[in-house]
Amino acid sequence: MTARDLAGWAAALATLAALALAPVYLDAYGLGLMIGIAGYVTLATAWALFSGPTRYVSLATVAFFGIGAYTVAVLSETLPYPLVLLVAALIGLVVALVVGLSTLRLAGVYFVIFTFGLAELIRQLVTWYEVNVTGTLGRYIFLDLGSEDIYWQLLALGATTILLAWWIGRSRIGLALRVIGDDEVVAAHCGIDIARVKLALFAASAVIITLVGAIQAPRWTYVEPAIVFNPTISFLTLIMALLGGANRLWGPLLGAVPLFLLFEWLSANFPNHYSIILGLLFIAIVFVLPKGIVAFAEKQWKGKSAEAAP
Amino acid sequence: MLEVANLCLHYGQHLALDSISVRAAKGETIVILGANGAGKSSLLKAVAGMVSPDAGSSVALDGKQLLGRPAHEVVEVGIALVPEGRGIFGDLTVEENLLLGAYAPRARGEETRRRAFVYELFPKLAQRRGQYANTMSGGEQQMVAIGRALMSNPDFLMLDEPSLGLAPVVVTELFATLRRVQQTGVGLVIVEQNVKVSLGIADRGYLMEAGRIVGENSAQALLEDEAVQRAFLGKNSEMQNR
Repeated sequence: MTARDLAGWAAALATLAALALAPVYLDAYGLGLMIGIAGYVTLATAWALFSGPTRYVSLATVAFFGIGAYTVAVLSETLPYPLVLLVAALIGLVVALVVGLSTLRLAGVYFVIFTFGLAELIRQLVTWYEVNVTGTLGRYIFLDLGSEDIYWQLLALGATTILLAWWIGRSRIGLALRVIGDDEVVAAHCGIDIARVKLALFAASAVIITLVGAIQAPRWTYVEPAIVFNPTISFLTLIMALLGGANRLWGPLLGAVPLFLLFEWLSANFPNHYSIILGLLFIAIVFVLPKGIVAFAEKQWKGKSAEAAP
Repeated sequence: MLEVANLCLHYGQHLALDSISVRAAKGETIVILGANGAGKSSLLKAVAGMVSPDAGSSVALDGKQLLGRPAHEVVEVGIALVPEGRGIFGDLTVEENLLLGAYAPRARGEETRRRAFVYELFPKLAQRRGQYANTMSGGEQQMVAIGRALMSNPDFLMLDEPSLGLAPVVVTELFATLRRVQQTGVGLVIVEQNVKVSLGIADRGYLMEAGRIVGENSAQALLEDEAVQRAFLGKNSEMQNR
């Protein structure tokens, strides 16, 4: 480990410690913002974990997010909390494996449509079940968890996700992932078991997303399918990752933080035009920064240093 | 010994390969010659596990049946393919391309040794190890592709039209390199339209036409064969532009 690596680790740990102390010096509103940011940073990083390198654009984010939240809503009275999280993660894993095995052969736009449909399907199934079997639509979550507990859990999950993304980027799988999106045929000729790599990544990403939903659920107190399976969550995650750059480790984080703050401000100040502005932003990002902020900054930086060099 | 026997392949209704039988002994170089559409690439794809041939076909390496295995397992058994059009990753450096080639379990733990071997074979690649592959010339990219395939420590290296799109002088250099690969004991299966230069390094050759093997002989005999000369070497003025 070089001195530079060491300094990087020290800086990361110090930042994490400072973030962990946020509940001490922030008011309730500030902490609420931090929870939202930590949630979306984790969602966007987990989304990019799979979709960045493979270029499979997934709109299933909210399917897994909702599964996590609903599992907590259903089980929080019967099981101890840590066990509820574990069950949620397991359900997310099983759904991801089934969905992955059946759909990762779909290419391009078909995969996008399928994942969008999947989220709707699960929402309708849950609604149907609740109306016809349990006879209730909507559930209350009474868990003795404060905002700071939720925040700390999300912070830990987010840090773990970034660490996982960093580790994968350096590993043999990371190298394989970088080329699968380029040319699957040649990748197979390198001896890469493409189906397995994609499935493993999809499952890891889905489990993390499920956990974000599960951890955030107690904040709503009242949960119903329309809330936790809201497709906007999928779109926001997608656009945050794309804005920052889905192929860079810090890209999703750098996209999620400013966009979350911007959305928060917009929904507070322009509640009626919020969706219109959101749509325009999506279009602008795709046109102006197709590869994300990080890649754009790298290009600017390289261009400048190339000019300075000769 | 790589042995293809009674290989038949349909693309829908179309019969692309008709009872193909081809073999290559360990360390042997064979060339498969034929015009566009003769089925040469389909043959390589079938061996590499990219398409599934009809029942009753057989592709075996040292008695081990390869049919039905996916592409990444064929690599593991010891057959590497350099696909048509290079098959490298432009956004990766030379060295990263090579490391990817050692992804198969059979090459793991041997990366350093294999890399040294490839750099010895292609000193030019050693000088350019940090360069992005898409900034290299066609001939250099082909070297990266061959080096990448060699990283998996194959018994047989299959090359699909390696000379395609390269300048004549580069082609000569490329085949000189392949000669050095031969000397390391790797068997070569080359699919080519460039008859002269490929027969020049081969032990034996096969002629393919409309999905069938229509001729087989030693490379020397094929070079002197009148039918081959007429069909591929442009001795007949009508065929000059083939």
